[in-house]
Amino acid sequence: MRAEDILNFSIRASTGYKFRTFLILIAMAIGVASVVVLTSLGEGARQYVTSQFSSLGTNLLIVLPGRSETTGGPPPLLGETPRDLTLDDAIALKRSSAIRLISPISVGSAPVSWKQLEREVIIVGSTSELYEVRHLSMSLGRFLPSGDHRRGEALCVLGNKVKKELFANQSPLGEWVRIGDRRFRVTGVLAKKGQSLGFDMSDVVIIPVASAQSLFNTASLFRVLVQASSREAIPRAREAILKTIRERHDGEDDITIITQDAILSTFDRILNTLTLTVAGIAAISLAVAGILIMNVMLIAVSQRTTEIGLIKAIGATRRQIMHLFLAEAIILSITGAFLGLVVAFGGVLLLTRILPNFPIVIPFWALATAVGISLLTGLVFGVFPAQRAAKLDPVQALSRR
Amino acid sequence: MIRLDSIERVFQVGNENVYALNNVSLKISQGEYISIMGPSGSGKSTLLNIIGLLDRPNKGFYILDDVNTTDLSDEQQALVRRHKIGFVFQFFHLVPRLTASENIELPLILAGMKPEKRKDRVKSALEDFRLTDRAKHRPDQLSGGQRQRVAIARATIMEPQVVLADEPTGNLDRASGKEVIEILEKLNKKGIILILVTHDPDIGNRAVRKISMVDGKILDDT
Ligand SMILES: Nc1ncnc2c1ncn2[C@@H]1O[C@H](COP(=O)(O)OP(=O)(O)O)[C@@H](O)[C@H]1O
Ligand SMILES: [Mg+2]
Repeated sequence: MRAEDILNFSIRASTGYKFRTFLILIAMAIGVASVVVLTSLGEGARQYVTSQFSSLGTNLLIVLPGRSETTGGPPPLLGETPRDLTLDDAIALKRSSAIRLISPISVGSAPVSWKQLEREVIIVGSTSELYEVRHLSMSLGRFLPSGDHRRGEALCVLGNKVKKELFANQSPLGEWVRIGDRRFRVTGVLAKKGQSLGFDMSDVVIIPVASAQSLFNTASLFRVLVQASSREAIPRAREAILKTIRERHDGEDDITIITQDAILSTFDRILNTLTLTVAGIAAISLAVAGILIMNVMLIAVSQRTTEIGLIKAIGATRRQIMHLFLAEAIILSITGAFLGLVVAFGGVLLLTRILPNFPIVIPFWALATAVGISLLTGLVFGVFPAQRAAKLDPVQALSRR
Repeated sequence: MIRLDSIERVFQVGNENVYALNNVSLKISQGEYISIMGPSGSGKSTLLNIIGLLDRPNKGFYILDDVNTTDLSDEQQALVRRHKIGFVFQFFHLVPRLTASENIELPLILAGMKPEKRKDRVKSALEDFRLTDRAKHRPDQLSGGQRQRVAIARATIMEPQVVLADEPTGNLDRASGKEVIEILEKLNKKGIILILVTHDPDIGNRAVRKISMVDGKILDDT
């Protein structure tokens, strides 16, 4: 029997029994649509988190004073206090070719005042590089100027919220604010930006790192942000940091390096698992569709018993009857899957309207898997009814009217 | 050529064995016209089903054209059915969703014939059986006589050696019944073996060779 004739015969048979066909199509469409929509949501969540993390800065390594368990090696000796991570340590890191930018950070809290208004604010001491490393942007004025990190100029950049509370609608540019017991001239205001590495960046004041160190009277840095020269350079940058600090700290590995990639890949793993779980749950609806297909095809076989007997009498082999019924199940599955995809695309379109900020994308693999699984479902659940049809005894089948 | 040798077909009904065919032997030559008569339950249909390879005997041999069909697999038997045997049934057994010409075309499709060739064959079959103006009609739009003509066209489209008709007039009025018998006889004139099961003595007596059956045995063969 020619393939096109098998196809044609099966299509005619499916359109001949409209209600049954309708049922199968609906079941399959729901299954496929739920797989696609749910995986799209999962994938969207993953991309959302990834993009949030990337907005912290690309190819970022964070150097913290003190060794944590995660850096490996023997545990620190009892009573050992980690050496301070100093500004000179940070500046020394710049020598590596794997490192593009460094941004030392010193953090403290101090009262900030302008005229009569005063607030306790988190003071971030850093350098001009912070702007790039952390993907900051300005709403007014300029960020800290580049220059010698050891020079503590009396300049500051206000977070958005701090500016609002102290200056309301007036322009703070060029004004002198008092931080602790010193005076700083405002050079700029940060644009609104959300949480970043645990700080609300709109509720900080940024001053040169050297000024912050003298303000808080400490030589130690809170951490050093390092931007590797490329994604591939991250491991080399890590090695360079460890080596440089070890040399400067008398052979001690007393720092911790967190790479953003490590955090990201953890989240990536978690969210991938989530997506797969959700997809798995949705796949159950495909299995339900499969069982429905099986039942409906079994009904079809008993409805068409005499027809099967007849085509056996005119010379159809078991194989041919198998093929005819399998083809029918598969055609129904594929058509259902196609309808499901249409529904899924519609659903996703609707979701993007409802959640415009949430990136919902239909991953290609979800499409391929959904269609593949529906095909497989049709095949697997179509086999049993088709076998039943092929095994029918033609004499018995034909003895029915 | 057909040769049945000591054929036995036993059905188990509860604890009892029902001998639908009991030691039946029969030789049929090319082009014979045979009627099989006998009371209901005497084994006529069972005999026809065995000759048509729809059923297998429990004992005995059935040789068709020098091939012992009892040795053939199901798939091989299906192919023999396809090429050598045509069935005509009391209840026509047309596929309800297909038109007259599509029903006639079915054996050609199963045989994997190319569409252009099929169209030609179906067209001439429609003409032979005076069905051209009914080609696009579905079975429920046809009269009983027309349906049986479609069924005969389908049974003969593969140019079989044997046509097996199990009470082909059982569901028809006298006039269309007579017409159907005449069509079958015309086929026989062209050399096809015609085996006709019937209740109607008027029809049965038209045959050249008349077999009567009782209780799964051949009582008379003249
Ligand atoms: N599938 C079957 N199961 C049990 N008994 C059967 C079956 N088919 C036929 N028989 C029995 O075999 C005998 C012959 O049946 P059949 O060949 O149909 O007779 P006829 O066609 O002459 O009326 C009958 O007694 C019938 O009851
Ligand atoms: Mg009978």
